[in-house]
Amino acid sequence: MKQFLWPSIKLTLLSLLLLSGVYTLILLGVAQLAPGKGKGELIAWKGKTYYANIGQSFTDDRYFWSRPSAVGYNASGSGGSNKGPNNPEYLQTVKDRIDSFLVHNPDIGRAQIPVDLVTASGSGLDPDISLQAAKVQAPRIARLRGIPETSLLALIDKQTEQPLLGLFGPAKLNVLRLNMALDNLK
Amino acid sequence: MNTEILGILAMFLITLLLALPLGKYIARIYDGQRTFLDPVLGPVERLFFRISGIDPNEGWSWQKNLVALLVINGVWFLLGMFILMNMNWLPLNPDHNPSQGAHLAFNTTISFLVNCNLQHYSGESGISYLGQLYLMFLQFTTAATGMAGAALLFRALRKGTHKTYGNFFSDYLKTCTRILLPLCLVMGVMLLFCGTPMTMEGKQQMTGLQGDTLQVSTGPVAAFVPIKHLGTNGGGFFGANSAHPLENPGYGSNMIEMVAQMLIPFAMIFAFGIFIRRRRMAWVIFGVMTLGFLALAVPNTYMEAKGNPAIAHMGIGNQLGNMEGKEVRLGAAAAGYWSIATTVISTGSINSMHDSHMPLSGMNELLAMMINCFYGGCGVGILNYFIFIILAVFISGLMVGRTPEFLGKKIEAREMKIAMIIALLHPLLILAGTALAAAFPQYTTGTLNNPGFHGFSEMLYEYTSSAANNGSGFEGLGDNTPWWNITTGFVLILGRFLPIIGPVAIAGILGSKKYIPESAGTLQTDTPTFGFMTLAVIAIVAALAFFPALTLGPIAEFFSSK
Amino acid sequence: MKPQHKSLFQKELVGEALRQSFVKLNPRTLFRNPVMFTVWIGTLIMFFVCLWILAGEKGQGSFGYNLIVFLVLLLTLLFANFAEAIAEARGKAQADSLRKTREETPARLATGKTVSSAELRKGDMFICEAGDIIPADGEIVEGLATIDESAITGESAPVIREAGGDKSSVTGGTKVLSDKIKVQVTTQPGESFLDKMIALVEGASRQKTPNEIALTILLAGFTLVFVIVCTTLKPFGDFANITITIASFIALFVCLIPTTIGGLLSAIGIAGMDRALRANVITKSGKAVETAGDIDVLLLDKTGTITIGNRRATHFYPAAGIEEKRFVRASVLSSMADETPEGKSIIELAKTDPLSYAAPEPRFVKFTAETRCSGIDFGDTRIRKGATDAIRNIVTRAGNVFPAGIEEQVKQISGNGGTPLVVSENEQAIGVIELQDIIKPGIQERFQRLRKMGIKTVMVTGDNPLTAKYIAEKAGVDDFIAEAKPEDKMNYIRREQSEGRLVAMMGDGTNDAPALAQADVGVAMNSGTQAAKEAGNMVDLDNDPTKLIEVVEIGKQLLMTRGTLTTFSIANDVAKYFAIIPALFITAVPALQGLNIMALHSPQSAILSAVIFNAVIIPLLIPLALKGVAYKPIGASALLRRNLFLYGLGGIIVPFIGIKLIDMIVSLFL
Repeated sequence: MKQFLWPSIKLTLLSLLLLSGVYTLILLGVAQLAPGKGKGELIAWKGKTYYANIGQSFTDDRYFWSRPSAVGYNASGSGGSNKGPNNPEYLQTVKDRIDSFLVHNPDIGRAQIPVDLVTASGSGLDPDISLQAAKVQAPRIARLRGIPETSLLALIDKQTEQPLLGLFGPAKLNVLRLNMALDNLK
Repeated sequence: MNTEILGILAMFLITLLLALPLGKYIARIYDGQRTFLDPVLGPVERLFFRISGIDPNEGWSWQKNLVALLVINGVWFLLGMFILMNMNWLPLNPDHNPSQGAHLAFNTTISFLVNCNLQHYSGESGISYLGQLYLMFLQFTTAATGMAGAALLFRALRKGTHKTYGNFFSDYLKTCTRILLPLCLVMGVMLLFCGTPMTMEGKQQMTGLQGDTLQVSTGPVAAFVPIKHLGTNGGGFFGANSAHPLENPGYGSNMIEMVAQMLIPFAMIFAFGIFIRRRRMAWVIFGVMTLGFLALAVPNTYMEAKGNPAIAHMGIGNQLGNMEGKEVRLGAAAAGYWSIATTVISTGSINSMHDSHMPLSGMNELLAMMINCFYGGCGVGILNYFIFIILAVFISGLMVGRTPEFLGKKIEAREMKIAMIIALLHPLLILAGTALAAAFPQYTTGTLNNPGFHGFSEMLYEYTSSAANNGSGFEGLGDNTPWWNITTGFVLILGRFLPIIGPVAIAGILGSKKYIPESAGTLQTDTPTFGFMTLAVIAIVAALAFFPALTLGPIAEFFSSK
Repeated sequence: MKPQHKSLFQKELVGEALRQSFVKLNPRTLFRNPVMFTVWIGTLIMFFVCLWILAGEKGQGSFGYNLIVFLVLLLTLLFANFAEAIAEARGKAQADSLRKTREETPARLATGKTVSSAELRKGDMFICEAGDIIPADGEIVEGLATIDESAITGESAPVIREAGGDKSSVTGGTKVLSDKIKVQVTTQPGESFLDKMIALVEGASRQKTPNEIALTILLAGFTLVFVIVCTTLKPFGDFANITITIASFIALFVCLIPTTIGGLLSAIGIAGMDRALRANVITKSGKAVETAGDIDVLLLDKTGTITIGNRRATHFYPAAGIEEKRFVRASVLSSMADETPEGKSIIELAKTDPLSYAAPEPRFVKFTAETRCSGIDFGDTRIRKGATDAIRNIVTRAGNVFPAGIEEQVKQISGNGGTPLVVSENEQAIGVIELQDIIKPGIQERFQRLRKMGIKTVMVTGDNPLTAKYIAEKAGVDDFIAEAKPEDKMNYIRREQSEGRLVAMMGDGTNDAPALAQADVGVAMNSGTQAAKEAGNMVDLDNDPTKLIEVVEIGKQLLMTRGTLTTFSIANDVAKYFAIIPALFITAVPALQGLNIMALHSPQSAILSAVIFNAVIIPLLIPLALKGVAYKPIGASALLRRNLFLYGLGGIIVPFIGIKLIDMIVSLFL
């Protein structure tokens, strides 16, 4: 056992240098060429910078809402509700969300509410909503902003991000980009 | 076809297509043959060996190799404890995160050391960048340890009678430099261009569109995530793991991470076949594992995509599936698929919250970890599967009227003893752990996030994940308490090293035995029939033992939810 | 003593076995079998639970129910014991009938004293005359006798045993028919092979074979898994506020552990040795039978195994210019005094009475190793018959030409696997007699069967390579050793073993002893020398060289029976889980009714049905355990498929049906 101790320690330090050091430095270098210089995808808009991929809380009825979040879109942390699918307390929360949504959106039927708008995301920072989640909010925003619903639907259409290469994964809308475009509409 | 399903098929096929050449490459590495990276990495490795005083060409017995493995793992553990408990004054801590307490540091270090990455802390607030970089180092070494262990097995099962089985230090370093590091660099660059951050600048301030001020945690994520997946580690940089939009920014990055976590487990199977010159056997093993994987993954994909009936009853549009704990950009189907991929192999990274999955999806995730050998973790998957091969060979050998033999070596009492101990260990750790937690509700019930049967599942999941060195969790469990940190810590150690020592010992004993040439009476172990036999043994031995526990957890929840 | 087709359960045997079933309840006996030992503990616990309820405990269910569970568990133990006991009884009965042949007989010592056979010690000399029963195993040191061995072998034709050579052994209990022999006792009383075999069957010296040990480890492992499963269920139940009675725990445990194979395991092993004994093979250890199933290479003597006895004359080929009649006459005359089977066959082939030929004052020339020919002189005629070289020598030495035609004929005969005998008259070669080996009918099929089992057959013969090759091809053996000397066998065995193969051989001579000892399975013929019998690990009472093939199949059957019953036993667990698990929880969690896929009547009936099925399946499988699973040489993978289908799938389905049926009956009484 002793015969392996010193070689183990030396080998550990050397590989630490390589695997934590050199490897990290190479990627830090390459990051300077990447979007946001390694800070992730950023959007500059009206003199401010936003993280494109970090969801924000939109509670104002004049904006497209994002999904419920277990961490209140506080990106210094992350996480989901971790409620079991049959947890009565959880099912009550979902019911309440549906009711509250119907109060704010009186023009739509219950069956039109998509499930992503009443369930919390895994990260609590979900930047996206589904197509249906955007469309179902269009009547409310059209009413409050005085924009014809058709132009809102056209906007949603334009902002929809299609599946990867048109083949893989779901279609979605980035709520931040959608709301920026909404503000631009005026 | 549905784009979400198409995405899943693409992920599986791409993995397979990449794994075939990678398997060949890995076999060449362990065989000591020349590869294209020799001119660059050869000198670096030789320098490392010279400084460390290691002769990489010295062949060791399997016992000696195992001792070396344990000693260097011990060094990694002590260094890890030191760093995690002293992060507050050590450098690279821009967010001024605190040091970890003794039992959390114990759990975290063990957890990363053993390829589990159960995280009882949150990456944003519980660890400094130095800590993250050390954990990243451990994610390399633990994968390399498992793969070097598998390399021992490869050598032992090669035709002939053996005395030495290579050199652990050499296998470890070559695994890091030749396999993991190059793959990680490629993947890291790809993730960078998908929008994964790579910075040492700490938390960023941001004002939201509605005017609220926010903190955004970032860090050297693009370096951390590749090895997390390629090494089947699964330790998230952020608390939400690969559900986090910076750790997994889009469907593209999701596909990359998905392919990455299954790549080496796939490739190791093919490397095994090439190394022992029995490619047919590799395909049979791959077939069995795939069958088992699909038997779990298809229902999960279906159930998650179908959604929660309890919510459907509320009369809303449920077409997106069970979206609680899931991300819109990834979708419910990809989350269901991921949930099984990450549990059959020992990654344990998540892209949706398993706690919020449908009851039977949760059961399948548990089963995947209870079986723990459909593909399995880097290197250890094949070691675990080997135990089931031994059991299957033994029973079917008797059934054809011959003393059981595998690859020309007789399986006798000593091998059976080791195989049974290892096969017993897994249910023992899981069931005894959960039983303890159930017997001391004063320490555990308060930490549960859900009532009733689901609460029981949370405890069962925690020990299953620990014993399988998986690391995923029913994360609602408030697991940063001395009870959970310490009990799972011990389950982690036992669940890691014994299942490496056992199979390697069996292989070593077999390797030194006389080689018996095949005859028409020899049971062929590379046929679908034998593959089916192995699957049956796995189903009955590994899965059935957990039936009572599963009944009180997910199954009871399922039947009660109607 | 030839295979008797008696019923598996003879009355007198069953009676003894039933008694033994209770005797074997002794925990010290049961401790050898970990699976059944845990059942024993479970039964004991249930006994105390019953007492506890009588003492006023209310939480464990009704007394009647608990009592029934206790009784069924007890029955499980008794059934398992019965399986072992009946196997022992059968083996013992078989051995006893062999032993009967060696009841006390008077023995006339060479010193003139008469003692009882029981008093004979190794090294003693005794005398036997016509009509005597030989009192003990021994070796003839003087004389020759015809002996009736039917008591041992069942073969009624008498055999000749004589001092010296490879047929000098006599067995106690056989009867001398003619002549007088002096015999030296070779074994101490109680130490003969038969005694050893009886001890093996009776369990006194029965040791577990390596495979049996490995299997016991597997079964113990399975038992431990379920110890864990059942113990941890207690806190799980408490956590979920579900009360589980002790009876339910024990029932779950006993049903899940592999009691079926655990109960039948030793019966299978005993039955294997018993089958060997029925085939008239005495094994010195259980391991030898098992090893026989693993054999890769089989060494067989040509003579007697592959070919019938000896060569026979099949053709007369007169030389050019020689009348056939004259040649036949010369051949017959030369064989007149030839007592060898070959010589006799020449006369038979000629179909004439040699005495019809005028041969005044014949003088016979005996075969010697130097001349390598035999013949007859009368008047001025000198006829010789012998190997080609020998006759060629005689012919050329006399200045005559050895005809090319004969040379040609000799070559042709050799090429066809025959043996040429050249005949000369007055130093002139006049023709060739062809001798051919007659291959035993049906032997090709047996070799084919062996090949399908994966066993390589090797023919050992003293013939020249050309002849050997021809016969080897014709008989369908895979390889041959020609012009074999004793050490050739030995070397062949060593070479095969060094490549990792297991070798079996049969032999009788003292020459064979080292090779018999070297071989992994050495079967000595009972007629063989004492040295050969000591060296081998089996003795064949029938002296039948093809017996090895049966022995191999017995070995394979033994392993297969263990394997298939293990599979069956473990596969049973699926159904048992689905019977008991819902029953455990249904009262507390009614929703789990969905898991009761067999729609069993009530929790109590479900548990009772499962334990009853678990008990009853043991006696139902005893016939299979005793007879063994049929071996079919269809290749390992096909065999695995077949057995997996029958015993694996069957093992899953049968208990579903069985438990449901039992439940329907049980529910009538609840």
